[in-house]
Amino acid sequence: MTRKRKRLAIAVCGLAALAAATAMVLTAFRDNLVFFYSPSELAARPAIAAGRIRIGGLVENRSLAHEDGRRVSFRVTDGATDIAVSYDGILPDLFREGQGVVAEGRIKDGVFVASSVLAKHDEKYMPPEVAAALKKSGHWQEGGDAGALAGPPPAHFR
Amino acid sequence: MFAYLANPARFMRVSGRAWRFVAASGIAALAIGLYLALAVAPPDYQQGESVRIMFVHVPSAILAEGVYYLIALASFVALVWRHPLADVAAQAAAPIGAAFTLVCLATGSLWGKPMWGAWWVWDARLTSVLVLFFLYLGYIALVNAFEDPARGARAGAVLALVGVIDLPIIKFSVNWWNTLHQPASILRMGGPTIDRSMLVPLLVMTLAFVLLFAALLLLRMRATLNERKARALRLAAPPRRADPVSTGAAPVLR
Repeated sequence: MTRKRKRLAIAVCGLAALAAATAMVLTAFRDNLVFFYSPSELAARPAIAAGRIRIGGLVENRSLAHEDGRRVSFRVTDGATDIAVSYDGILPDLFREGQGVVAEGRIKDGVFVASSVLAKHDEKYMPPEVAAALKKSGHWQEGGDAGALAGPPPAHFR
Repeated sequence: MFAYLANPARFMRVSGRAWRFVAASGIAALAIGLYLALAVAPPDYQQGESVRIMFVHVPSAILAEGVYYLIALASFVALVWRHPLADVAAQAAAPIGAAFTLVCLATGSLWGKPMWGAWWVWDARLTSVLVLFFLYLGYIALVNAFEDPARGARAGAVLALVGVIDLPIIKFSVNWWNTLHQPASILRMGGPTIDRSMLVPLLVMTLAFVLLFAALLLLRMRATLNERKARALRLAAPPRRADPVSTGAAPVLR
């Protein structure tokens, strides 16, 4: 074995060991790497709902209600399960019904009281005319696979 | 081609002609790309005009990762085959890659505030890109931390190879874990989800960034090689009025 072959073997083995170690670490810490839980995960594992958490999903259509002052209430759904959210604060630009959302807060009497609400954008980029045409022709796909994808285009185009 | 350019003297000859051409085409592509991105591309149906930030953010992100892949590859070649130009290329690329990473983080933050409602969140995608930025800084610091440049290059190459594990994590973070950052729009199963009217300006901007990076890399590599040559000549020159023991024994750096 020449010295070059030896160095090559060491480098390749080192990288493989590193990759395996990283994969194991990431698998072990999977629960701490997620940014939010879906309503279904929350329902299946009540233990995670004990402290301060983030939940994510789509804002359910026709669930947004403005209460007194700035307080709003809406439901977050992942298609299977949904949870009521109450929030007192300023909503981000992209917040709308049918759109992805991530809320941080804690559960109180079955209602998720949010201290902050973030809008989640999806991976679709298109001009308003294309979105309108897709919707008109019936090719619009609502929801999608990731659980927090786009809804229909809003009534007000900017 | 790499074997042909392995000779530093030949590299200097070829790159001296090539870098001007690469830089000129990069500037031309940047002018066209900026015009398409800022004036021709339509606003997005959800984000409005803020979508234009993407035309700088996404190419920076691609380069931030691509440059690191290049550094890792060059470091691998340097460690295994002791290629004379590999260390030079890796060290010349690092500050440029760090700059792209910083631009990516800054533009993402500027987009995140109006769209998400937050300048920064600690989700897997954002955090792994921040780690990449620190990897760049650590690599640059480590390479320059040694008295002997060869030892610095060796240590830096090992760090660069260890850090390469962050790149697949960045790429797949949005698929493996729930993140606030959206999943990939271009390189994904089922084709791009960006409308052609926005994809074309984005690709032109990406090409411009790649060309500008290549021009800067060539310039920085040439500067490093010239610097080494100048130092070697200085050390090889007959000492004037100095005692021959301390200067005469100095090794000639190659």
